[in-house]
Amino acid sequence: MDFRRFSLIALPYAWLLLLFLVPFGIVLKISLSDYALSIPPYTPTLDLTGGWPAIRDFLSQLDFENYVFLTEDDLYWKAYLSSVRIAAIATFITLLIGYPIAYAMAKAPREWQPTLLMLVILPFWTSFLIRVYAWIGILSSEGYLNQTLGFLGLEPVTVLNTNIAVYIGIVYTYLPFMVLPIYSTLEKMDYDLIEAAQDLGCTPTEAFWRVTLPLSRPGMIAGCFLVFIPAVGEFVIPSLLGGSQTLMIGKVLWEEFFNNRDWPVASAVAVVLLLILVIPIVLFQKNQEKQQE
Amino acid sequence: MSRFTWFNATSLTFGFAFLYLPMVILIVYSFNESRLVTVWAGFSTRWYGELFRNEQFLDAAWVTLRVAFFSATFATVLGTMAAYVLVRGGRFFGRTLFSGMIYAPLVMPEVITGLSLLLLFISINLDRGIVTIILAHTTFCMAYVAVVVSSRLVSFDRSVEEAALDLGATPFDAFRSVTLPIIMPAVVSGWLLGFTLSLDDLVIASFTAGPAATTLPIQIFSSVRLGVSPEINALSTILIGIVALGVVTASLISKRNLVRQARDARRAIQAGAEEGREARAT
Repeated sequence: MDFRRFSLIALPYAWLLLLFLVPFGIVLKISLSDYALSIPPYTPTLDLTGGWPAIRDFLSQLDFENYVFLTEDDLYWKAYLSSVRIAAIATFITLLIGYPIAYAMAKAPREWQPTLLMLVILPFWTSFLIRVYAWIGILSSEGYLNQTLGFLGLEPVTVLNTNIAVYIGIVYTYLPFMVLPIYSTLEKMDYDLIEAAQDLGCTPTEAFWRVTLPLSRPGMIAGCFLVFIPAVGEFVIPSLLGGSQTLMIGKVLWEEFFNNRDWPVASAVAVVLLLILVIPIVLFQKNQEKQQE
Repeated sequence: MSRFTWFNATSLTFGFAFLYLPMVILIVYSFNESRLVTVWAGFSTRWYGELFRNEQFLDAAWVTLRVAFFSATFATVLGTMAAYVLVRGGRFFGRTLFSGMIYAPLVMPEVITGLSLLLLFISINLDRGIVTIILAHTTFCMAYVAVVVSSRLVSFDRSVEEAALDLGATPFDAFRSVTLPIIMPAVVSGWLLGFTLSLDDLVIASFTAGPAATTLPIQIFSSVRLGVSPEINALSTILIGIVALGVVTASLISKRNLVRQARDARRAIQAGAEEGREARAT
């Protein structure tokens, strides 16, 4: 193997090993350690100068105590459960709103389509934080929504700092991730199939349910994963739009780390979150590979 | 093409209203005179002035721009290398691990990436600051660059590269003078994507930034936690404006390039046809 090829592979490889895989090992290691009032705030710390006996001694001090703690305190499993539930419901709502948009884009005249596509992509490039922030002004108790309701002579509603605001936030910020994959499957679809179905006696509505919808399934699946996976670990939306009763694991991890300074428990929370997400991540990659075939 | 029905027109109208109305309201109220964000008290650019006198925001903006520039640049170099290795590199030891490590950051929850990098920096005693944010952002942006560039590498005609090699170019020359110009649009959009992702990131930056360096999203987040403020509205309007300008320009340029490519192709065919006629005539 020549030197150039070796360095071409070695540089990104070494970078990812050092800044992606090794940090992960450290999280795993700290999740097996104990909380301590010291700097860094966990024990034991590994001292390589002590040689083999020190390493053996170090390994013998690791245990699964933090994981046992996660199962005992119901805050944690409730937070995991509620994150998965909020993400799943929000994903479903995003699908319901996103599908008609993607469908209408695919049906729009050809010359409009690049512009429509750009209009969907534009919010994706705009700061996530700003798009979440925009809803605070709308949903707050004296916000634009309640001003409009008051103008129409209706009762004001409380939305900000509730789970409803979290759903709105997730649907709003992740909508482009749902629309784009669905649009790309619909756009590639062979419309002769619809005509064939109609020639064979299907009404347009029947043709949609029996031909278009099944054919756009890969795009729907991809969109759902692209919304669901990051939404489970979401931190910004529940902390800005959610209330005290909004339980999401990303927020729990953040508070465990920054407020309680309990690094071992925060690490254990991260490891379990990753284990939960491994299943959808693997399913998502299977779906992507199938589409490429 | 089948009919564009009322149903489709309605879903597009409501869909885009939902996507854009919150941002439009934000922009309109950034020109509000009143400190109470939700009460309109007349047109004013007062908050833009206040914003540019706010040292904290200006410092944070400068840190953020430097971080985004360096992260995007390093991520583009590493991500392009990684994409090239994945698509053209053939087999090598640990290839599966390599491709897994490239795609994993795309779906990894930010809280986990941030936490793990912070714990790494602490265990190797690296002081947190601009350098650590750049290291962290480079790592997660290079995954995006690799995806964008590898999709371009997969789709282009390999025989051009092989022709260069057959004509005696070294692999490096072939890469520089044939492959790189072809994948350049993807490399540029990878850089832009990395730049915006880095500019936008709150969670990873919060974990990896020390007290010495504060980025704009961290600054925005800590002030937004206290509620809406007209200065943040002004800042948001500026950021939205920059992004909109960038995206519109990029799409106009790519449209112009498409037109030019089509014209070049037409000319090449015409020239070829004329040569053919001349050859037959002689």
